[in-house]
Amino acid sequence: MTGLIEIEGVTHAYPTAAGPLPVLENLQISVPENEFAAVVGPSGCGKSTLTRLVAGLLLPDEGGVRLHGEWVRSPRSTVGMAFQNPVLLEWRTILDNVILPLEIVAPRMGRRERVDRAMQLLEMVGLKGFEAKRPSELSGGMRQRASLCRAIVHKPEVLILDEPFGALDAFTREDLWQTLRNLRQEEPFTTLLITHDLRESVFLGDQVFVLSGRPAHTQYVLDVDLPDDRDIEILYDTRSVEMLAILREQIRIAQGRSTAEQAVNS
Amino acid sequence: MNWKHKILIPVTALALFTLGWEALVWVNQWPAYKMAAPSDLPAAFVEHFDLFVQMSWQTLWRTVAGLALSVLAGTLLGMIMGFSRIAREALYPLLVGFNAIPKATLVPVIALIFIGQHDFNTVLMAFLISFFPIAVSVSIGLSTLEPEYRDILRSLGASRVTLFTKIALPKTLPEFFGALKVAATLAFIGTNLVEIVSPHGRGLGALFRSGETNGDYPLMFAVLIALAVMGILIYYAVILLERIFAGWAERSETG
Repeated sequence: MTGLIEIEGVTHAYPTAAGPLPVLENLQISVPENEFAAVVGPSGCGKSTLTRLVAGLLLPDEGGVRLHGEWVRSPRSTVGMAFQNPVLLEWRTILDNVILPLEIVAPRMGRRERVDRAMQLLEMVGLKGFEAKRPSELSGGMRQRASLCRAIVHKPEVLILDEPFGALDAFTREDLWQTLRNLRQEEPFTTLLITHDLRESVFLGDQVFVLSGRPAHTQYVLDVDLPDDRDIEILYDTRSVEMLAILREQIRIAQGRSTAEQAVNS
Repeated sequence: MNWKHKILIPVTALALFTLGWEALVWVNQWPAYKMAAPSDLPAAFVEHFDLFVQMSWQTLWRTVAGLALSVLAGTLLGMIMGFSRIAREALYPLLVGFNAIPKATLVPVIALIFIGQHDFNTVLMAFLISFFPIAVSVSIGLSTLEPEYRDILRSLGASRVTLFTKIALPKTLPEFFGALKVAATLAFIGTNLVEIVSPHGRGLGALFRSGETNGDYPLMFAVLIALAVMGILIYYAVILLERIFAGWAERSETG
């Protein structure tokens, strides 16, 4: 089965003063349509580079990314993005922030239609009644909810999430996990989530890809063997605990890769 | 009790200041040619009322014209420097160097190039002295735009123009208005500089100069007061524009 997102043999390096710094090396990731892929890995292993490659904001040195079988060479409107920093436009209301992508992707769409679409999403994430507020009047969690709405308002095929919950407190984060699951049930989209949080990757993901240390390749793929209808208690289930233990072990291997190699060599 | 903070306290402070000034002159028994007292000023205003109206208008329109030029040229320069690193590296040292020149030294230079063009020279000076903060703030505002803001729009295939009008421009507005407040004061200084220094000048600066030549000290002090009032008006006009165009940047007190 070919995936909706196919990352095929992607190798990428950044030029630095001390020569090219390789960040990704022959990376392979495949995500089937409407599935949720979580990507975890040690710090600085090139996870954010990956999001920019999939979004078409960056072209890899070697290999490529395919969406729906088409090579990604430039940004495309069928992609939605959300980052750790919600980057809402402070001068717009929450409603107008959510509408922003429609102004670019669907310039002919009427105001009425845009508002209806945005309000529908805001209601789903529990922001009804806050649409006229400015971002500075909202809490961090609420801003991130608005940012999620903005990322999917134009019904993208692919949602790219770069540690969107990283800056939130634990309870808010778990709330937002649930919100994201609900959104996907309402209108499915294929998701690539970059995260540092192993519990998050298991709770949200259908598959978890563990990247090795830099330069990163796919070190391990975990199929999350949990029912689609999950709530937070499932993380205390034996299956979850076992999966988390495997992931933790894999991260340890990824972190210690260079030292392990040295040990073998000596 | 908002009126107390907004009106009563500032007005009382102003009254105390005026009384203190009056007392200072009275206690020292200074004659009017050493220092005019506030009580001398109303007479000076009444006597030269027509001149005040005429000269204030001269000073005002030339300051505003110079400031408008600053906004146009400064924003354009700032945009060029904000978007192009090469332009920034090339222009920045030039701008800093130019800004470092005390502008009083430019008055004779300009006067020699454009002999007798009093209006033009005044507007030019108001412009030269005030475009720098605007150019710098716009360029910094644009060059420090967080990459995520750019990515949000670029990932949807937005053009550079869209990026500029939807994000870069509005995001730079608070910094722009901060700089405009400084620039407005500077342009005012530039106008007066030329008015005072030029022979046969016009405007409040020239009126000040004529007070000096004629030994009419109450007139000189009256001009100072008129200048202060006009400076306050210009400043608050900028604040008003800021409220209208960048009001969102003000943190609500409850938030």
